[in-house]
Amino acid sequence: MVEPLRTAENLAEGALILAGREYRSRLIIGSGKYRSFDENRRAAEAAGAEIVTVAVRRVNIVDRKSENLLDFIDPAKYTILPNTAGCTTAEEAVRTARLAREAGIGDLVKLEVIGDAKTLFPDVPATIEAARILVREGFQVLPYVTDDPVACKRLEEIGCVAVMPLAAPIGSGLGIRNPYNIRIIIEQSRVPVIVDAGVGTASDAAVALELGCDAVLMNTAIAGARDPILMAQAMRLAVDAGRKSFLAGRIPRKLYATASSPLDGMIE
Amino acid sequence: MTTIVNGESRRLEDGATISALVAELDLAGRRIAVEVNREIVPASEYAHRQLRDGDAVEIVHFVGGG
Repeated sequence: MVEPLRTAENLAEGALILAGREYRSRLIIGSGKYRSFDENRRAAEAAGAEIVTVAVRRVNIVDRKSENLLDFIDPAKYTILPNTAGCTTAEEAVRTARLAREAGIGDLVKLEVIGDAKTLFPDVPATIEAARILVREGFQVLPYVTDDPVACKRLEEIGCVAVMPLAAPIGSGLGIRNPYNIRIIIEQSRVPVIVDAGVGTASDAAVALELGCDAVLMNTAIAGARDPILMAQAMRLAVDAGRKSFLAGRIPRKLYATASSPLDGMIE
Repeated sequence: MTTIVNGESRRLEDGATISALVAELDLAGRRIAVEVNREIVPASEYAHRQLRDGDAVEIVHFVGGG
């Protein structure tokens, strides 16, 4: 008899619990850089995503478009995770988060305070400062942070609902540059660990989940692929495979071979 | 009177409310947030909050981002 394929839906440890809500998908996608809102919508569906990040920007009052992102990424269907992308100070990030909440999406915020324009690495002290203010104001904060276990620890202590260490610089597609740090962060954290930024291809996403990350967040890897919908499917499978591989428990690495076939009964 | 809306100078009728501005911009019912002079104005106050000459208004919404 063939064992039924265990899917995220029926896997006991399948659900991601984030800020008190259960999600079946461990793949969070962005909404930037798509060729159209409709392509974004189809990618979200293909990825099986349940959480989609968005940015907060001025309405263009000179050239108003009739189409709106949220007409395609329906907040009734997806958890919308507004970000503070582009902010370079704690003050700007807090201001942006407050505006996002006012726009009526909820208390979740992906906190991002950029410290360097070339690498887009986070300004960790400013991120911690902003997180402290936002947690006090009742936000559920998911901070984008370097793969620094101490910084992640501080953010957890402040009351962030998750920590989101980068795999590599935003949009770089370099994959997980420091799996050992990510592993340490996973071991020490009592909140979900979500690898955010730097994933380039499906195997990178699988590695994140195999390491034990609770989820992975990506934008460019899907939106920038030659075929974003196909890549969204690939990412969905990779995240699922990585999670199952983590739960199944990989074999230890050894320097030398161990025969798979028995030595007993060899012909002489 | 003259206000600054999203960085652009904009003439409005004296005593215009935020609701009037939002309607003029065809944003009524949209998911937006409004700041006047860097202070958030809750949607429930749009109808009676009158703008003043020189007010700096920011109107934001959600766009694609990662």
